[in-house]
Amino acid sequence: MPQTMFEKVWNNHLVASPEGEPPLIYIDLQLVHEVTSPQAFDGLRLAGRKLRRPDRHIATVDHNVPTTSAEDRLHILDQTSAAQVNALRKNCKEFGIEFFDVQDASQGIVHMIGPELGATKPGMTIVCGDSHTSTHGAFGALAFGIGTSEVEHVMATQTLPQSKPKTFRITVDGTLPYGVTAKDIILHIIGLIGTDGATGYAVEYAGSAIRALSMEGRMTICNMSIEAGARAGMIAPDETTFAYLMGRRFSPTGKAWDEALAHWKSLPSDEGAVFDRELHIDAAEITPTVSWGTSPGMVTSIEGKVPSPDDATNEIDRKGYERALEYMGLKAGTPIEQINIDRVFLGSCTNGRIEDLRAAAQIVKGRHVASTVSAMVVPGSQAVKRQAEEEGLDKIFKDAGFEWREPGCSMCLGMNPDILSPGERCASTSNRNFEGRQGRGGRTHLVSPQMAAAAAIAGHFTDVRNWPNYGGKN
Amino acid sequence: MQPFTRITSIAVPLDRANVDTDQIIPKQFLKRIERTGYGEFLFFDWRYELDVPDSVMPNPEFVMNAPQYKGAEILLAGKNFGCGSSREHAAWALSDYGFRAVIAPTFADIFFSNAGKNGIVLARLTDDEVNTLMQRAQTPGYEITVDLEAQTVTDAQGFKARFEIDPFRKECLLNGLDDIGLTLRHGEALDKFEAKHDNEFWSAPKTATA
Repeated sequence: MPQTMFEKVWNNHLVASPEGEPPLIYIDLQLVHEVTSPQAFDGLRLAGRKLRRPDRHIATVDHNVPTTSAEDRLHILDQTSAAQVNALRKNCKEFGIEFFDVQDASQGIVHMIGPELGATKPGMTIVCGDSHTSTHGAFGALAFGIGTSEVEHVMATQTLPQSKPKTFRITVDGTLPYGVTAKDIILHIIGLIGTDGATGYAVEYAGSAIRALSMEGRMTICNMSIEAGARAGMIAPDETTFAYLMGRRFSPTGKAWDEALAHWKSLPSDEGAVFDRELHIDAAEITPTVSWGTSPGMVTSIEGKVPSPDDATNEIDRKGYERALEYMGLKAGTPIEQINIDRVFLGSCTNGRIEDLRAAAQIVKGRHVASTVSAMVVPGSQAVKRQAEEEGLDKIFKDAGFEWREPGCSMCLGMNPDILSPGERCASTSNRNFEGRQGRGGRTHLVSPQMAAAAAIAGHFTDVRNWPNYGGKN
Repeated sequence: MQPFTRITSIAVPLDRANVDTDQIIPKQFLKRIERTGYGEFLFFDWRYELDVPDSVMPNPEFVMNAPQYKGAEILLAGKNFGCGSSREHAAWALSDYGFRAVIAPTFADIFFSNAGKNGIVLARLTDDEVNTLMQRAQTPGYEITVDLEAQTVTDAQGFKARFEIDPFRKECLLNGLDDIGLTLRHGEALDKFEAKHDNEFWSAPKTATA
């Protein structure tokens, strides 16, 4: 019987299917960071349990670390943040986990470094105590976020009891229009199906527009699967995937590469495989997209206007629109291009990759950030930062008036000092526009790196498709 | 995890719907490295007067601060309790404060799972049943009994309601079994699987060389 990619990966990891209990699946890799792990390590110690497979764990610090300077990162002023970072250092040493510390050449946001190191590979099961673990699905891995008890469970057993999700294929066919990016695809999808539209499903993104994306673009899409409620998002591995993996630090070599490659090629969903749900989207319909409200499903085109509560189709949404407009300080009917911004945040596990920085640099080159705007670039990882500096992107950003920061999660969630002040409005390349997400009272608009860069220069949202001399390379 | 069979306790009537995990435990406490000690931060923004600078004064308006509810092990709440962020700190805070059971019309999914992993029984009753209990719980000394074995909520005035719970989760709560302990029963299957799986190069997170 033809199988979906999800089913193949699931079946390859089924350890036991006990009667009357959830199936037990094997976890190939657990990624660990400072915020959701200390209690899991403590749990092991209290129960006198060992960490079963240190070789199937990788750890780094990302959520809490300052991004201002290398010095600030080594001497974190916030005592609770410092304690959390120190706890991870100590725990990794005690339990034998490979740890990429704050100034390590491989440090970065946990969802950046897995792929960069070649730890993330097709057909694997990957978990992390972080909802954006879905990012790794871009390689055809089954990857999902978990709670701290589950983090401990994986540490102790390298398995998880999991109820099997249903399957949902979202096919995006056609050619992406000029100026439209992977970020716009996923914001468009969430706008269509809603923030609980994929709850209970493992999503597979397919179609010619998805296949045409780089690995960076595919990661952006899978990253935000959770914003539609999905357990996981996956994209079939292909030559783009294999080329990305070839020669990475943790990629297999020699005969092992050949054997792995043969397995990877067997993973794509079989012809005729049946999904529990299907959705087809024409890439030509997608435009540069901007979120206007306080949930990632509240999005519209750059050509659009802030909607009215009267546009809502039911009473719950209507109330949601009213609350969102009030929080965002927006009037219904305002053209999106007339919304002025105060801050720009370019970074995060959604859009903090080299390709994102290149695209944004192309927009800002030779121009300057508007006098009313404060803008920052936070590369997602040390590797991205190094690469960008080699290409001279840091100089382009700094000349344009952007701050050039050290890698970390930064203003995506504001657990470190990078936060919005109450009422500040931010064009952000991150993934969540919840109330207070980037700082209490802060107002977040989710956009692509190109759109964020153009907004920084213009001082308000502007259609990147009309940008002078824009090369159209996404 | 502490086994749960049956408890009889006074109950705090928190008459609010959609209580989210940010309210149960605000984000600044996620930087702590302990699993315990969250009880004092439970419902932080509601429980304390925050406009009093440099001091944490209990807010006398918040129901949990009323002396008659001291020592309560049961929380009564409105629908969709525990919605929002996946932070397990919410379950830890409730448990650390001393709550063993929450009674509400509905619960959010992730919170439901996190609570179960921390020995907290979540009993889903109808709106009317929860309202009845909320009203009776205004009387000082009023007690409710949650019986997991029988899957009932009762009181001394003849109230009796049944709640549904997944048999697997019920078994875990009754016996105080944590999921790790349960998984270790499959140790033999796991060892066998792992021995085979470790030879599959595609499954290795770090460099595999043949």
